[in-house]
Amino acid sequence: MLRRQMNPFASNNASATTATITVLPLDPPPPYSEKPYIEKLEGPRRLSSPKINKIANFFITSPKTKSEAQSAATALKLAASAPYQGQLNAPSPQIKSPSLSLPTICLSTSHTDEPPTTLWSPPSHADARRKAKEHAQFAPLGHPSHRYTSKHVGKEFPEPLMDEPPYYYLLTTYISYLILIVFGHVRDYFGKRFRPQHYRHLQARNGYAPLNSDFDNFYVRRLKMRINDCFSRPITGTPGRYITLLDRQSNDFNLHFKLTGTTTETLNMSSYNYLGFAQSEGPCADFVEEQVKKYGMTVASPRGDVGTTELHLEVEDLVAKFVGKESAMVFSMGFATNASSFPALIGNGCLVISDELNHASIRFGVRLSGAMISMFKHNDIKELEKVLRNSIAQGQPRTHRPWRKILVVVEGLYSMEGSMCNLPGLIGLKKKYKFNLFVDEAHSIGALGPGGRGVCDYFNIDPCEVDVLMGTLTKSFGANGGYLAGSKAMIDKLRLANAGSIYGESPAPAVLAQISSALRLISGEVIPGQGEERLQRLAFNSRYLRLGLKRLGFIVYGHDDSPIIPVLLYNPAKMPAFSHEMLKRKISVVVVGYPATPLVSSRARFCVSAAHNKDDLDRLLEACDEIGNLLQLKFSSGNAGGALPLPEGVTADMEKEWKRTAKPQDLIEYQRPRWKLDEILKRGVQDVKVPLR
Amino acid sequence: MDLHDAQAWLTNLTNELSVQFSKVPGSAILLRYVKSSYQDDPIRSAVELFLFLFAVRYLLAPSYKPQSNSFVKLSDEVPTQSATHNLPSLTIRQEIDELVDDWTPEPLVAPQTALEEAENEKRPVIVGPTGPKSKLANGRTVTNLASYNFYNLVANETLKEKAIQVLRTYGVGPCSPPGFYGTQDVHIKTEADIAAHLGAAACIVYAQAFSTISSVIPAFSKRGDVIVADKAVNFAIRKGIQISRSSVWWYEHNDLKDMERVLEKVVKEQARKPLTRRFIVTEGLSENVGDIIDLPKIIELKLRFKFRLIVDESWSYGVLGRTGAGITEQQNIDARDVDMIIGSLAGPLCAGGGFCAGSEEIVEHQRIAAAAYTFSAALPAMLATTASEVINMLQTTPDMLLPLRDNVKTMWTQLDPRSEWVRCTSSIDSPIMILILKSDIVSGRKLTIGDQEQIMQDVVDEALANGVMITRLKSMPRGQHASAKEIGWELQPALKVCLTSGLTKKEIERAGVVIRHAITKIMKSRR
Ligand SMILES: Cc1ncc(COP(=O)(O)O)c(C=O)c1O
Repeated sequence: MLRRQMNPFASNNASATTATITVLPLDPPPPYSEKPYIEKLEGPRRLSSPKINKIANFFITSPKTKSEAQSAATALKLAASAPYQGQLNAPSPQIKSPSLSLPTICLSTSHTDEPPTTLWSPPSHADARRKAKEHAQFAPLGHPSHRYTSKHVGKEFPEPLMDEPPYYYLLTTYISYLILIVFGHVRDYFGKRFRPQHYRHLQARNGYAPLNSDFDNFYVRRLKMRINDCFSRPITGTPGRYITLLDRQSNDFNLHFKLTGTTTETLNMSSYNYLGFAQSEGPCADFVEEQVKKYGMTVASPRGDVGTTELHLEVEDLVAKFVGKESAMVFSMGFATNASSFPALIGNGCLVISDELNHASIRFGVRLSGAMISMFKHNDIKELEKVLRNSIAQGQPRTHRPWRKILVVVEGLYSMEGSMCNLPGLIGLKKKYKFNLFVDEAHSIGALGPGGRGVCDYFNIDPCEVDVLMGTLTKSFGANGGYLAGSKAMIDKLRLANAGSIYGESPAPAVLAQISSALRLISGEVIPGQGEERLQRLAFNSRYLRLGLKRLGFIVYGHDDSPIIPVLLYNPAKMPAFSHEMLKRKISVVVVGYPATPLVSSRARFCVSAAHNKDDLDRLLEACDEIGNLLQLKFSSGNAGGALPLPEGVTADMEKEWKRTAKPQDLIEYQRPRWKLDEILKRGVQDVKVPLR
Repeated sequence: MDLHDAQAWLTNLTNELSVQFSKVPGSAILLRYVKSSYQDDPIRSAVELFLFLFAVRYLLAPSYKPQSNSFVKLSDEVPTQSATHNLPSLTIRQEIDELVDDWTPEPLVAPQTALEEAENEKRPVIVGPTGPKSKLANGRTVTNLASYNFYNLVANETLKEKAIQVLRTYGVGPCSPPGFYGTQDVHIKTEADIAAHLGAAACIVYAQAFSTISSVIPAFSKRGDVIVADKAVNFAIRKGIQISRSSVWWYEHNDLKDMERVLEKVVKEQARKPLTRRFIVTEGLSENVGDIIDLPKIIELKLRFKFRLIVDESWSYGVLGRTGAGITEQQNIDARDVDMIIGSLAGPLCAGGGFCAGSEEIVEHQRIAAAAYTFSAALPAMLATTASEVINMLQTTPDMLLPLRDNVKTMWTQLDPRSEWVRCTSSIDSPIMILILKSDIVSGRKLTIGDQEQIMQDVVDEALANGVMITRLKSMPRGQHASAKEIGWELQPALKVCLTSGLTKKEIERAGVVIRHAITKIMKSRR
């Protein structure tokens, strides 16, 4: 019989592994310490020990790399140079949170030899370091005016205007793809002849079909591989205001990466950390610590068996109250929430009408449910109505029996477009056509509305109008998992029919504690004011950055209040270029292209957070300005906003009249926004507060 | 115009045409070609001309829509043109409006039945930590034989401490999917630790154990591929198979003879078709029955028939083998001989998340093709390190597995040969004992599945009333999986007793007595 091979990497060495995390809690534990670590992302390999020590030292001693030193210094300077901080009534989280100077922080540090810090003592070295760490996770508010309330104003919900680049860019985009594809095929042609070993996994081998078909793999092999270094960048630490990347290198054209052992601290424009709850200090983390001590790491059972503790019930109550529904249930994963809920809600003889850009988890769940699927164009209420009328009139295919149920599924906020669903329009249709409405609030919960309660809150619509409110706890709350909220009858029924709660693991106590403390903070139940500040900072930051980018001349998608800001790049080669240029400026961004977006509209996506302050956004705008010039990204025509202020003496009411009479060359100047950076920074704060133009 | 004129005109026209035709470049060649090839065969020319015309007609015809013949024409266009058009469109508009008015959908969820209501009411709520003795919301403290707390790791102080240290660096959630800055170094480390423990080449960690295999299967097996699966596989595997849209063949649960028969049949049937991917999907330790597969034999079969092997080790990883590395360790198999090993970090390991281990190619492919990995946020760092820590504990102190095994044996002596009503279908190595009613009792009393379910629930309630919390195997949600008829296998209602090393032999014996008496009491009272 076959013998088990001893794996050289198996850690049968006790001391090696246990040492991994035993470090003073105040110094971030070196995640790399003595444990044999992996060098290559793709496979375990030993990292030479001097390197490990370097990393470990990096964490333990004061900042070493230049970036770290710089950012820490900036953070400190900022903290010191905000004289009004202390006087603010509005509590900036990092000021009021007990973790800064109250002894509570010492819960985890009681065994260190540092004396407990008391209120108002002069800042010690450790205190300053802690403060720097906190500011790296959540920036201090620059000025009390940097706030705004996320709320729908006006009557009609505007269709977002989609700007188009000049045809030149569309054409070159297509040509670029063509060239890439032709090159790919040429390389394949020669590769298959001269280096067949690289293609062996794509061909049938001794009776086994290849796991990956050559054709399906082409895109990954020849296009994505070129820019692989822009994806899956490994990080360490908290993904807060700053995010620490582990530097890596590739010697084989992005096939494998080696960690170099150094790190880079960058401004984080990529995480879904909308309300800035990705923090390792502060009231949330304190509460999590307390609950972990009480409950341990797991409840070791699915909800259907005995995986329910009073903590679960409490969080479910909080979620239900927060979203304004009778009842709610929580799951340990947002994806699985969708994947398991649709089969429990609908089945054969039902119709799901789904927005074409709905998330993969929704499609996964709907496909499992066995219901029929229709699509409508993204956010197009008129087409939805047409689909509805047709479907109801036609009934089920072949039999023409009436549909048992029709479920319209939309997302509150679309993660690649930055657009919100037209909830008022949907509710109008719902009244007429009697369908059920399912809104996936994965990105909108916490991020939209004056109280952060999602799209219903944003549009001031009673949540009862929506049948099922689903959302994830992964994004705004810095936790993990998903929830489903609805009437009590529905949730009770689903508890028994939902595979996710029968078989899926119950959410971990630590995660629940994070959710519960985040929800309490947002609703002002604890530390009143802090939640509000987070919400308003997020709303301000979103509008400020969006306006700034439009004024610089970028094509930006989405609605004004959305914290997701996609900047269109078009040409595929600009994706890696943009990402690299940003990284050079120590900003991490997400770039996405086909197949996550349509072929032409490759984009970079900024996710704004309450953890950013205006200085961070100004830094980003400056970087965008430079890169935009460098890569020729400023192609907006101005019809989606960002226009220059109207000339002296022309008021908003007279705008139309003025446009008609003005000289054509004036108009071009006026229409194609290419503002100077300092002008944008100067006017941004005040212009954000009025309807954007 | 008489006939002569017409003839003259026709001749004229033909002449004219032939002159014009000869002026067209290349016409001479065409003419010569037609002449030479069809010289003596005008019929052939006619047939070919006909075919040509047919092809043109076919190409110009509107493309066929499968919907069209079942589509009732009810146009909904707003009338714009002439007044005569107005009338019919308007009525159709009204017709649709009427249909819309008439349509009454079913309520989104059906009302609860009394049984369901009772189940929701009865679901125990634990106050405080889960442990061998757990406190319930009604104030009672009961012996907990329902949680997967096999090694009592929930109460482990070192794990808590380490998790808190991680919390103080990483926060809780990674706030990103792994593809976009969600991969933290702790994940990389956990992946390496699992791979090393198993002896596999590489490993990928998912954020939830339950959705892992449902995503792994469709990432590799597509429409047209072949899956051969055990009839008793768990719900998550069924979902994975369903979403892959591959053609699936079932073999009798844990019956290698039948498996061989099915494999043979599949290979024969597929022989003439182009080569497709073929997979065998099974569980190392069955979730629904509790028995263990004979891995060496399966590997032999897989190699013989050239299938790839996917083994779900959700219940065996952390349980079987000297250091808990699962079925491969227990049966002395190199983990690399199994193409994919899927396991849970949330079950026996008491952390969170799931994993899939395999070759580097298999793992890397999942990073872009497995939906639950690509489109979901990464696992919280705290849970990832807890998993790493537990793996390390298993490897360095394998003795921690022994008390559990002793406790399982103790419980067996209390239940299996001793109870006249139930028998245990699970392996003696499994800490989850699955107890079903003996077949002679089921057939003797003509118990339906529903009856048995009710009996099991009553036993669970009775045991709880006497201070021992156990649970039962939940039937798969109705209407959400291939029916028993399709697969030819139905889950038999069962009791689930989950042992833990956190109880002494005495306590286990006492709990065993309670369970046995509860079964007897319920069965006698039903007579
Ligand atoms: C709309 C939508 N639904 C569900 C999910 C899945 O959530 P989670 O990351 O918590 O699994 C996402 C996340 O990307 C999402 O965007």
